[in-house]
Amino acid sequence: MQLIGYAHKFGDNVNTDYIISGKYKFATIDMNELVVHLMEDLRPNFYYEIKKGDFIVAGENFGCGSSREQAPLVIKQAGIGAVLAKSFARIFFRNAINIGLPAIEVSTDSIEEGDSLKVDLEKGIVENITKNQVLKIHPLSPEMLEILKLGGLVNFYKKYGSLEFKKFN
Amino acid sequence: MRKAKTISEKIFSDHLGRDVEAGELVIIDVDFMMGQDGTSPLAIKTFEEVGASSVFDSKKIAMVIDHNAPSPSEKVSALHKLMRNFKDQNKIYFYDIGDGICHQLMPEQGHALPGQIVIGADSHTCTYGAINCFSTGVGSTDLAIAMASGKLWFKVPETVKIVLNGDLPFGVYSKDVILFIIKELTANGATYKAVEFEGEVIDNLSVQARFTISNMAVEMGAKVGLMKADDKVLEWLKNRTSDEFKTYESDYGAQYEKIYNFDLSDLEPQVSKPHTVDNVSSIKDVEGIPIQQGLLGTCTNGRLEDLKIAAKILKGKKVNSDVRLIVAPASRSTLLEAIDEGVIQTLIKAGATIVAPGCGPCVGTHNGVPADGENVISTANRNFKGRMGNNKAFIYLASPATVAASCIEGKITDPRKYL
Repeated sequence: MQLIGYAHKFGDNVNTDYIISGKYKFATIDMNELVVHLMEDLRPNFYYEIKKGDFIVAGENFGCGSSREQAPLVIKQAGIGAVLAKSFARIFFRNAINIGLPAIEVSTDSIEEGDSLKVDLEKGIVENITKNQVLKIHPLSPEMLEILKLGGLVNFYKKYGSLEFKKFN
Repeated sequence: MRKAKTISEKIFSDHLGRDVEAGELVIIDVDFMMGQDGTSPLAIKTFEEVGASSVFDSKKIAMVIDHNAPSPSEKVSALHKLMRNFKDQNKIYFYDIGDGICHQLMPEQGHALPGQIVIGADSHTCTYGAINCFSTGVGSTDLAIAMASGKLWFKVPETVKIVLNGDLPFGVYSKDVILFIIKELTANGATYKAVEFEGEVIDNLSVQARFTISNMAVEMGAKVGLMKADDKVLEWLKNRTSDEFKTYESDYGAQYEKIYNFDLSDLEPQVSKPHTVDNVSSIKDVEGIPIQQGLLGTCTNGRLEDLKIAAKILKGKKVNSDVRLIVAPASRSTLLEAIDEGVIQTLIKAGATIVAPGCGPCVGTHNGVPADGENVISTANRNFKGRMGNNKAFIYLASPATVAASCIEGKITDPRKYL
């Protein structure tokens, strides 16, 4: 999987209430309705800055807080190609993989707002084209890569007819 | 020789019928699964996308309407209806408005037992670790796939051990203990990890008080907050289940990623300040900060013991005229017991407002959204900006005793002078 886009930089501990506020997410499961509120408490009108394929780039513990899958779903719905962070909260991480949104653990300190990035999940690298740098990704397991390639756990389950990990190497 | 194992490694090994170690990616047969009204509608939608005709086992699934109970809007009502229809079709366990908070109901109704692997589509599912159950929060897709197949993927977690020694001082409670630990470890101090809590502090706590600690394990990123099943746990489980279960302790020599030792003999009441849970101070550093609202309840501190501590402080006194105190008992049976013991009468006489058992104001959906610039002191587990429905309000987290004392004075108050 190769992804190309621009970086939108956020800090540490971006919680799921910042990603999509509880006051919206309880009333609907329609992501089209929710998507305009993405990150609005941190960065008003963020949704309108996004070009398809862009990346959210953050620090430690991205997605901490609630288990609600609306958080990664809204990010995906907004056109974000992947989230790059130094670390993820675990439920956000599994939700992201399960819905087919790459959650990539990588040292993000050197990435700045607007940097042009190229991600190669198989090679396990992030290329910062603007800064002419290559960053190594904390590798995803072959099983998780397969789930991502298929677009999420539902498609994985449908393809294999069950939940079984064969060897995907 | 068999390798020494943590509680998590043992539970996973027994479920798989082979030895596994931390770090392995495995597929597990889940013992029980749960969703609430913030996560179940999406799980039902995904379940339909999967194309499953029915759930794998109706006796291993529960849904709970607790986050918006009773419904505050027609949109939410439509989602509740979706859940009730799903219940009718699939004959799963179902807890409707007023029954209580999912994390109180799961252990209380005997759905979560020692040695089991239980998942819940809610981050505070880690709560049942207090009764030796490997319970952890997942998302809606996880719940959907698990409802269809009975299975889920897991990484067997590494474990962090936290040993708590000493005698807790008078007026210091399990909430103060976990706030102190989160301050020490920080908001991502145990991310992806299982935590094992042990030591004389845990041994001396009631089971109700232990739930408070395991409940907040996720606030330092943990997957579960495990404790051993001692006699108190076994006693607590009597009359809640007739099912057999196996209890687990870690082996001598088990591999821990890190071991923390704390002596809590001199611990003071703790308060978590806006807007992150790990922003914790001793009570003396925040005393005097004015408050406009108090919240007593939630899956952290809405149990009978919690209500009793607050009632003891508020008995014969009045909530300050500048403060609204909202009380949300953790479950229907908690509310009934609190009525029987006169606790509810004491709280109402003192000026508290009782709302239906459920999550209510904690998640900002209804039942007490603060105004711009207001300070709230709450027994909940999160104080993120906007958490209670207003991103211009400020939330402080503390024990039921500290909340009750603060509501009398209208400012953050050390509860020890009222005990």
